[in-house]
Amino acid sequence: MSESSTTSDMVLGGDASVTAAVVREELLRDYPAKTKKKREKQIVINDKQHGDDGSLQLPVVAANSRTVPGIISQRGCCYAGCKGVILGPTRDIVNIVHGPIGCSFYSWLTRRNQTHTPTDEHDNFMTYCFSTDMTEENIIFGGEKRLRQAIQEAYDLFHPKAIAVFSTCPVGLIGDDVHQISAEMKKQLGINVFAFSCEGYKGVSQSAGHHIANNQIFKHVIGEDDTQRSKWSINLLGEYNIGGDAFVIEDLLERCGIELVSTFSGNSTYDQFANAHMARLNTVMCHRSINYVADMIEKKYGTPWIKVNFIGANATAKSLRKIAEYFDDRQLTENVERVIGEEFPAVVEAQRKYRPRCTGKRAVLFVGGSRAHHYQELFSELGMETIAAGYEFAHRDDYEGRQVLPSIKIDADSRNIEELRVDADQDKFRESDRQQGIQREKQGYTLREYDGMMAEMKDQTLIIDDISHSEAERLIKMVRPDVFCAGIKEKYSVQKMGVPCKQLHNYDYGGPYAGFAGAINFYEEIDRMVNARIWSRVQPPWENGTPAADAISPLPISMEEPEESTNP
Amino acid sequence: MRKVAIYGKGGIGKSTTTQNTVAALAEMGKKVMVVGCDPKADSTRLLLNGLAQKTVLDTLREEGEDVELEDIRMEGFGNTLCTESGGPEPGVGCAGRGIITSINLLEQLGAYHEDEQLDYVFYDVLGDVVCGGFAMPIREGKAQEIYIVCSGEMMAMYAANNICKGIRKFAEAGGVRLGGLICNSRKVDNEAEMIDEFAKRLGSQMIHFVPRDNDVQRAEIRKMTVIDWNSTCAQADEYRMLARQVDDNDQFVIPEPLSIEELESLLLDFGVLEAAAA
Repeated sequence: MSESSTTSDMVLGGDASVTAAVVREELLRDYPAKTKKKREKQIVINDKQHGDDGSLQLPVVAANSRTVPGIISQRGCCYAGCKGVILGPTRDIVNIVHGPIGCSFYSWLTRRNQTHTPTDEHDNFMTYCFSTDMTEENIIFGGEKRLRQAIQEAYDLFHPKAIAVFSTCPVGLIGDDVHQISAEMKKQLGINVFAFSCEGYKGVSQSAGHHIANNQIFKHVIGEDDTQRSKWSINLLGEYNIGGDAFVIEDLLERCGIELVSTFSGNSTYDQFANAHMARLNTVMCHRSINYVADMIEKKYGTPWIKVNFIGANATAKSLRKIAEYFDDRQLTENVERVIGEEFPAVVEAQRKYRPRCTGKRAVLFVGGSRAHHYQELFSELGMETIAAGYEFAHRDDYEGRQVLPSIKIDADSRNIEELRVDADQDKFRESDRQQGIQREKQGYTLREYDGMMAEMKDQTLIIDDISHSEAERLIKMVRPDVFCAGIKEKYSVQKMGVPCKQLHNYDYGGPYAGFAGAINFYEEIDRMVNARIWSRVQPPWENGTPAADAISPLPISMEEPEESTNP
Repeated sequence: MRKVAIYGKGGIGKSTTTQNTVAALAEMGKKVMVVGCDPKADSTRLLLNGLAQKTVLDTLREEGEDVELEDIRMEGFGNTLCTESGGPEPGVGCAGRGIITSINLLEQLGAYHEDEQLDYVFYDVLGDVVCGGFAMPIREGKAQEIYIVCSGEMMAMYAANNICKGIRKFAEAGGVRLGGLICNSRKVDNEAEMIDEFAKRLGSQMIHFVPRDNDVQRAEIRKMTVIDWNSTCAQADEYRMLARQVDDNDQFVIPEPLSIEELESLLLDFGVLEAAAA
């Protein structure tokens, strides 16, 4: 993306006076001094400066810090991140939630992560809901006995390859030793049993839960199976198969002749994790949730890693080419070019159809730890502009790029999350893979690179970390975006304001949106949303002239009639 | 009905003092109920001449929802009514939650109902108020008056001061008040004078000084209160005195906890006094 030439007065929307600075001031206006001081560091203007050496200087975003109590945040909890996001998409591990039944029930099949078993005989426990159903008695007398019983029962019924145990808040409070019990049951049953101390109250967001989940998978599963993999074998880290995204990527890789050893964790299995260390290259999709696993695998087994992105047709082509370039093989390069050649005409055709209808429309994205970045690709392919964006739970490196990693202050909340110390594995470290990485780097190939969201966003756009409900409302009123991307918690309040909301957590029953076919799906969906006339008919109840409505209405809202649809 | 909670540092003699005082009140013709709030369930051992067989939480666990008051209440010395909350084994579960559940259950079962014609309910609570559960007896108007058992040892006074902080917190919201300090002597120098002064600085009183006497131990070995074991010994009269003081007490205050500096200087003053005397 190119930078705007009129840097200081980029208009976000509404009328020409609505610049990022004006919007920012309005979002911060009514906060008490202390809250304002904190939010000022989390709501920043993407003021892109160039250093003397030509390097890009970005403002600091105070990400990954505690949400101020009382603010309605988008964030979820540590347990949700661990159980729902990371382990949720794996089909053949029995996931037992140690806690009251509600924690299980309300995290049951909520993410739309899909899976395909090769046959009906293969295990798929994703549709089940396992819980120890802790009651008051278990809180008082301890729940260890009940957990042991639950593990035994699950084993007797299903004979799974592995059982994982997830701690909910009360477990942390009463101190049930889930790790000890898991170790005992592992010995007793002869299958892998491991536990997560992912109590909901840990950390500042679900990001803590991702970390805890990945650490345990790294400790307890990766490296268990040393089956050799082919010379063009990769892992796909940080892809969660929402709406079938993984199926699209799997198909592309297969057609290119690239062997996918494991996906963390879309459409995945226990055996894939166990064998993941044998892949020759790690590709990282969601940098936030899993970049540290890529680092740990590299340290322990020697596998280099690269950042990829399969959201957006151009990004997909670029990522496939980057993988081919790493393996540096004529045949593979030909395969990749052939596949891109097969896929691209349909993409171009779709762009020809939808781009004129969407060009110039404006999107805002407040979602996830990578989605708010990746989906900007698709909007830009439609000719749409992302005028404001932010993550729910990402860290500074996801905004500003990995070069800020050494300067990130480790606060008490981060220290509370286990950091694994990893050394090279004496027997399993592959020096040849390490050398391959070094050689590629010498040739100018970049490994372990992620520049973050802000480098790719336009100058003077607005960055809002951990956006609050009231900030979202004010933003909508001021800039009237054509589409607001978020999740279920935001969806209906946004739509009641007459703005379509696209859920990028679960895709609103749509998808896949990854790869080339996914991009076409997305164009079609966004066209449907931003060109629908229904939104101009929405009159929010608070705009009936009530005093409360006036009090929170900082600027007049122009409800323009959209252009006539060109569709028959 | 007066609702009394006894707090104090672990091992200071809360259960012993409570039961001996209750025995004296019973002797005076008072109808008293004792609620043990210690997971060890040994707060009524002297009144029952042995450990209670079934605690509230054990019963709740075994009988499910169908619990009767008679299942969890036993009659002890002098027609006292004895109940033990019980709780988990050391190192597991949540004893605090257990006490909350237990006290709520007793209320629901009507243990404190007018029909019971109780003069007193005594809550004997474990050691320091480590978490919300142990504060349950002083929350929401359950106990109205509190006595803190302490001695002239520094840690006991430190604990007493901390407990006063807890009382203050709940006193401001509810009706709980401090009735006084009970000094259970450890034969520390200047003990009575120091605790008397400490109590005054807290805005309260030392309601009685219980001297150290091996008869307490002798009775305890026989699973009895002193009055039950030997009603004519001198120590029995000390507990009668304490019981009378409690019964006549009309000094109920919101305590003013001391700062750490104040508390330490108090200790130093009395310690230095002693050094000068020696």
